[in-house]
Amino acid sequence: MNFKEMIRPAVRNVPPSGIRKYFDLINEMKDAISLGIGEPDFVTPWCIREAGIYSLEKGHTHYSSNPGFIELRRQIAKYVERKYNVSYDPAKEILVTVGASEGIDIALRALVGPGDEVVIPEPSFVAYKGCTAFTGATPVTIELKEEDEFRLKPDQLEKALTDKTKVVILPFPNNPTGAIMPAEDQRKIVDVLKDRDIIIISDEIYAELTYSGKHVSFASYPEIKEKTILINGFSKAFAMTGWRIGYACGHPALIEAMNKIHQYAIMCAPTTAQYAAAEALNSCDDEVDAMVREYNRRRRVMVSGFRNAGLECFEPMGAFYVFPSIKSTGMTSDEFCEKLLMEERVLTVPGSAFGACGEGYIRATYANSYENITEAMKRISRFVSRHRS
Amino acid sequence: MDEILEILEKNARASVEEIALMLNKSVEEVRETIKKLEEENVIVGYNTLINWEKSSKETVTALIEVKVTPQRGQGFDKVAERIYRYPQVKACYLMSGGFDLTVIIEGKDMKEVALFVAEKLAPLESVLSTATHFVLKKYKDDGVIFEKKHKDDREALIL
Repeated sequence: MNFKEMIRPAVRNVPPSGIRKYFDLINEMKDAISLGIGEPDFVTPWCIREAGIYSLEKGHTHYSSNPGFIELRRQIAKYVERKYNVSYDPAKEILVTVGASEGIDIALRALVGPGDEVVIPEPSFVAYKGCTAFTGATPVTIELKEEDEFRLKPDQLEKALTDKTKVVILPFPNNPTGAIMPAEDQRKIVDVLKDRDIIIISDEIYAELTYSGKHVSFASYPEIKEKTILINGFSKAFAMTGWRIGYACGHPALIEAMNKIHQYAIMCAPTTAQYAAAEALNSCDDEVDAMVREYNRRRRVMVSGFRNAGLECFEPMGAFYVFPSIKSTGMTSDEFCEKLLMEERVLTVPGSAFGACGEGYIRATYANSYENITEAMKRISRFVSRHRS
Repeated sequence: MDEILEILEKNARASVEEIALMLNKSVEEVRETIKKLEEENVIVGYNTLINWEKSSKETVTALIEVKVTPQRGQGFDKVAERIYRYPQVKACYLMSGGFDLTVIIEGKDMKEVALFVAEKLAPLESVLSTATHFVLKKYKDDGVIFEKKHKDDREALIL
């Protein structure tokens, strides 16, 4: 049998990730420092782990209802209201998902198919384009620019919209650039979208990791609240990546459609993770604040490290990534990352992995210890000066 | 200022330059703040936390509950001082509840600690009684867990 032929073209035609080869390389190296993985280095706070363990001791090992325990959904509603000033009905407007990733996937599957267009600002998280392509819809990318601090500009958005546009994805705070959308920039985007029949998927998984004031949710603008699906989760703010738990909030008609896919594909999010997540929302503000302060300190160390190494580096105000330009070295981002890994044993990810416009940049994460960050910056500085001369 | 303390509490060896970088402040400003904190005795000292069990030095720790009679006009402070002046006393706290002072003693063996209690602590005029508890194993001290350091075992994945 020709297995390749058996695979749907929409899946077959999505190229393998450009990052894969680095992972194969780094697994062979013992002394390499990885600034490549986009997840917290912190272990989940103990009170959350304890709640998960306790739920197992009590024998809570069954399914929950499809959209998740109502108690957890109530707490999510309270949390979202407290943090972002948007209110949702826990019974009809909130769906507990397997990570924010599932939310993105089922939102797209519920909304788009062949002939539809999904607008995706880039550079961004690789799943938007991939999940869009799997549905048969067409991704339409917008190239965000360093001179705009990688923010989405209203004229760029306007230009990308056609009568086929069904969904716009707003990925802020952004992976990989660390860009955020301050209120004045959001306002202009809201004005572009408010009178159009377009659904907004706002992926705010990095919302709590914002270093200049409080995060403002796109869903908090009344003009677009109804048409916005707010995606968030526990992985980044609460260091709960391995628990795979997130949530989607939105209009009851949208959540119902997403739940239809969710109930057949997933049934429900893992029960243990749901119990742990409820505890996270309840009692971890101090721990989250401490982690954010710590990330912020590392962020400053890494940005100045890249600048001291002679690379231009935009100051990221969100997430835990730094996205320096390596254009001055004359290398492509792929060459830079491969040579850096082979010669200095530091893993970073080429910006080109996050969209064509990421070429000329690399992504490095500061979700790592000071010792590792400081040592990595030393190696990068040595590497850059060697390749300049 | 609080964030400087937060950094130093976790790592007393963080340099002024490093702290300045982390907090986006000038080196001079950080240096001045730390100096002030030291002068005001907010920063009391810079210690190294040692797991003596892993070193070659023999040492035992005991926690002693002490009941005392407070002295007229000086409360517990004077009695406490007579106790905490001894270099063997690693910590001394005034307590609420069933006894008055917690005294933590380190010595090279049980005999040395017992002798200290019998010869120095118990005979003090204001000391009414003592109860000595020896520490068998230290799991965590000053917020630091003594077991082997957690290894970074995050696996690489596409994201």
